[in-house]
Amino acid sequence: MNSMMITVYILLGAGAVCIGSQAPLAAADLLIPATHRAPGQTPVQRGKKVYEQTCMPCHQVDASGVPGMNPPLRKSPYVGGHSARLIGIVLQGLNDGVEIAGDTYSNPMPAFSTVLKDGEIADVLSYLRSHFGNKAGPISLAQVSRIRQILKNK
Amino acid sequence: MKKSIFYATAVIVMIAGSNLIYPALAGQPGKYPKHPDRAYAGHPPGTSLKLPTGFKVQVVADGLGASRHLTVARQGLIYVKLAKLKKGNGIIVLEDLNGDGKADKETGFGNYTGTGIYTKDGWLYASSNTDIYRYRLNERGEVIDTARAERIVTGLLDRHEHNSKSIVLDNKGFIYVNIGAYSNACQVQDRTKGSPGMNPCPILDSAGGIWQFRADKQDQSYGEGVHYATGLRNVVGLDWSQQLDQLFVMQHGRDQLFQLDPDLFNAKQGAELPAETLYALHKGDNAGWPYVYYDPFQKKKILAPEYGGDGKKTAGENAIDPLVAFPGHMAPDGLLFYTGKMFPEKYRNGAFIAFHGSWNRAPEKQKGYFVVFQPFANGKPAGNWEIFADNFAGTDTITSPAEALHRPCGLAQGPDGALYVSDDVKGTIYKITYDGK
Repeated sequence: MNSMMITVYILLGAGAVCIGSQAPLAAADLLIPATHRAPGQTPVQRGKKVYEQTCMPCHQVDASGVPGMNPPLRKSPYVGGHSARLIGIVLQGLNDGVEIAGDTYSNPMPAFSTVLKDGEIADVLSYLRSHFGNKAGPISLAQVSRIRQILKNK
Repeated sequence: MKKSIFYATAVIVMIAGSNLIYPALAGQPGKYPKHPDRAYAGHPPGTSLKLPTGFKVQVVADGLGASRHLTVARQGLIYVKLAKLKKGNGIIVLEDLNGDGKADKETGFGNYTGTGIYTKDGWLYASSNTDIYRYRLNERGEVIDTARAERIVTGLLDRHEHNSKSIVLDNKGFIYVNIGAYSNACQVQDRTKGSPGMNPCPILDSAGGIWQFRADKQDQSYGEGVHYATGLRNVVGLDWSQQLDQLFVMQHGRDQLFQLDPDLFNAKQGAELPAETLYALHKGDNAGWPYVYYDPFQKKKILAPEYGGDGKKTAGENAIDPLVAFPGHMAPDGLLFYTGKMFPEKYRNGAFIAFHGSWNRAPEKQKGYFVVFQPFANGKPAGNWEIFADNFAGTDTITSPAEALHRPCGLAQGPDGALYVSDDVKGTIYKITYDGK
């Protein structure tokens, strides 16, 4: 396998990830250069690490959140829902007093656009979407970068 | 290298200091004193509360939902303020018709959510997260016309974060309301690593303090109120000391020192710092937020890292000192000076504090989820605080707050001297009595 074949494979992978949300995680993984990733071997390991360092203090070890303050990420319509909204919340933060299942959550979520790299965001969101009772497809680096660009141009 | 040695030393000094240097001071930080003769009390269905020997607990009502503060009218009627409407009602009225301690009748009114509720001189006062209303009570302590809410304060800031408007009255016709800061540490970007503190903090003009209003005047707002005290990040538990004729408040200390400044603080320090603090307020007092926080180990006001602090530099020379410093992040949501005659003498004029329970100690075990007692003598804290009612959570180890079965929030004293506690998870209302046995 030469480097050109790898490039082609990556490009194909990128297409698959952009078009379909069910792209294999391995393809998304390949797209994230080492400089954009958190340490760890697999996307899940890397995503777990980002979760523990960055998200856990507020959203808690088991992603159950804090009643009335920080929304749960377990079986969450925000986590499992539209990827663009989810990526946007991580990049821009949220201070709208989220309501989930009739309960409101009042603490603001800070913007992580300067704190986390796109690959770290892809890893942690892919981890969340496949853990804590969430069942949704992974998020790719390309998706995060695209949303970042859209928000920048807004 | 030098830096890491410095901080390692600082940590050792802090840990050593807490155990060795200040062993006799009230409210030892980081320590959770057990009551000397604590025993399981009662065991009515649904409670696992532990109380000192001689005390009993009853469940007055259950399933009210997010029960924040509560108040008991002179005639015994219990009013509970809800943060989430129950059947369209934000205030629940509980009545014990046969005197067995359990509510036989539950009614409701007020289609707004909130935290604050208080009775005084024939009026019931209740707050939403922006307004304060009052209702006339009749001879039996019942609201005469639940549809006639007189709005006395309106337009207080609600920007989601720290939006509870807890209330208390003095004996001169004034009502005091907390307006919490819609921020953790007044950073340009709230709770964002690397974001500096705004200087001066613009939040303080309309939040982060206590405001005083007339209890009998309609539709007052900031313009009609008195900015009574400032530099208080968020107060939920507050009470008027009848003995001292003075306002006392419990501040929720700032969060996330470790997450926001991992170069200056380790996870353990982030969990233990800063203290939750009890203040006795005079008009015009400043408690120092956001510029300083109170370190219970150094026993000093420390310059916040967002304002150039390094965990050691002191500041806030003009800010008041707390009377008692409690361990960090336990979230004091209820404060009550006990004036009843039912409990033993040592409780008279001392303070009960309901600690809702922490979330910002992860990955350390969470703390709080109990009601403590701070003894007072001659109007001053005297001796160490102790856990009074424990195990609201129903489990010894709480890793995340959602595991807690119950979380104590409001405190009230009944006309017979019983202590009432509200829980805002399931909405259980507890009545704690003493019979000396």
